[in-house]
Amino acid sequence: MAKVLVFIDNPGDALKKSSLELLTLGRSLGETAVVLNGDLRTDVSDAFAEYGVSAVYQPSAQDLDGYLVAPKAAYLAAAVEAAGAGTVLLDNSPEGKEIAARLGIRLSAGVITDVVAVDADGTAHKSVLAGSYTTAAKVTTPVAVLTVKANNVTPEPAASPSAPEAATVEVPAGSTAAAARITDRQQKTASGRPDLTDARIVVAGGRGLDGDFGPVEQLADALGAAVGASRAATDAGWISHDAQVGQTGKTVSPQLYISAGISGAIQQKAGMQTAKVIVAVNKDAESPVFEIADFGIIGDLFDVLPQATEEIKKRKG
Amino acid sequence: MEETLKIIVLVKHVPDAQFDRHLNGEGHTTDRDESILSELDEYALEAALQLAEARGGSKAGNQVIALSMGPAGAVNAVKKSLQMGATEGFHLTDDALAGSDAAATSLALAAAIRHIGTGAPVDLVLTGMASTDGETSLVPAQLAERLGLPQVTFASSLEVDGERLTARRDADTYSETVEASLPAVVSVTDQINEPRYPNFKGIIAAKRKSITTLSLADIGVDRSQVGRAGSWTTVTSAEERPPRTAGTIITDEGDAGIKLVDFLAAQKLL
Repeated sequence: MAKVLVFIDNPGDALKKSSLELLTLGRSLGETAVVLNGDLRTDVSDAFAEYGVSAVYQPSAQDLDGYLVAPKAAYLAAAVEAAGAGTVLLDNSPEGKEIAARLGIRLSAGVITDVVAVDADGTAHKSVLAGSYTTAAKVTTPVAVLTVKANNVTPEPAASPSAPEAATVEVPAGSTAAAARITDRQQKTASGRPDLTDARIVVAGGRGLDGDFGPVEQLADALGAAVGASRAATDAGWISHDAQVGQTGKTVSPQLYISAGISGAIQQKAGMQTAKVIVAVNKDAESPVFEIADFGIIGDLFDVLPQATEEIKKRKG
Repeated sequence: MEETLKIIVLVKHVPDAQFDRHLNGEGHTTDRDESILSELDEYALEAALQLAEARGGSKAGNQVIALSMGPAGAVNAVKKSLQMGATEGFHLTDDALAGSDAAATSLALAAAIRHIGTGAPVDLVLTGMASTDGETSLVPAQLAERLGLPQVTFASSLEVDGERLTARRDADTYSETVEASLPAVVSVTDQINEPRYPNFKGIIAAKRKSITTLSLADIGVDRSQVGRAGSWTTVTSAEERPPRTAGTIITDEGDAGIKLVDFLAAQKLL
């Protein structure tokens, strides 16, 4: 049976939903083992058993977190060789993609990023050119490295739980020598809102907000949504750059995207046009966003958004 | 005066994202008829120019070299870079490169960088945060792995002091400072600077700057190592997504907020 490795980096106290998705996808492709970096705590260990993981690999060295990606890629490459795996799954975060990139070179293995589904024969599906095309791609080397986007697989525990073996992988000597070292790290204050990239609902604001994100944030909180922004809004400094949706920001595919005061030029469209449902509110009837909106309101967002927020609160009681 | 730097900036010519973009042919590759210098690469070039200028610029012996890989049109990305202030350009072009994936691209670029570094080694390789067409972001990391160099991606600030660089990186949940020794591969974000526009003087000066064309033979790469033959992935099918169509558009008559919520309820999105 084909062997699949899932790389999980510092899960902390509990596995993220995206990790459970990778374990579920892995199981559909073969016998799945985990390559872990960081502590293995009880709840995580229990989840591995529940998801039918055959083995959990841990690194011989503890200092991988002090460096950018290179030593993690070296560790993962050593694990792939030790396990004789044919497929490696990682999350689609910037770091996941970079580890995948370096792993690919180390193992002479093809890498496919932004994967949304994998067939039994290894064909990976993804969308390209800002969602305007969907493609199917295959890795032509013995080992395939795939980074998988969140929210495309429904997490499902195995039919019967497993008793994962524990194994240690020797991190190759010298793997930190040519790596950038992290000298300082500051946590940002958490917003309490869902992560923009994975959120089910996104409420985004643009130039039309004129510096006041209040109405967007209040609607987002009523819906349990993440807050996004156009480049105009982030460039103006009204909201952090992290919130930018678009070609030079994040690409999102939520169930619902509410666009407020954003004209919807191609730079913005590139980041959100794969959303399932798009709602747009804009004063300007000529805004391009109305060409792609499922429901459009020509009106003042400072009237429409607060009214909608109140109505949602009322209905949710 | 600080030591001079030899910096290579990777520049890519990409289809203009302001227009519709298409995949063509057997290999499902990008149509590059309407191509421009990737906007994100301008930030890398600006970062290189600022590092060079802080050390006395080209007069003091600093080099900012624009390197582009691609068909004939890719030379336009190099020309634009020279107009902005790069000191010289290289254009790696060969029919066999067509259809290269990230692995094959990084192999060819690594060989070209070694070639350009013959005699006087390169201190820094700078790239944009992503290409605006392929969007895989794999090439900088793969290049670093192939060259055995530290990689610093998504730098929102970059300083070089002697043989060390310091950069700031901003993730969603944290900001960090990283250090690496030179030479290194660094990708920069669109937050790092405000790229300059080429001025008239720059446009005239660019005409006298040299652009060297490199073939695979020049950099010692065999045709079988690149292109679709040398790639480790293959695109088996590509389908254009049907364009979105407009739905219901209403004008606010004082109750549009309520109608919005009605719509969400009907779509089971509440």
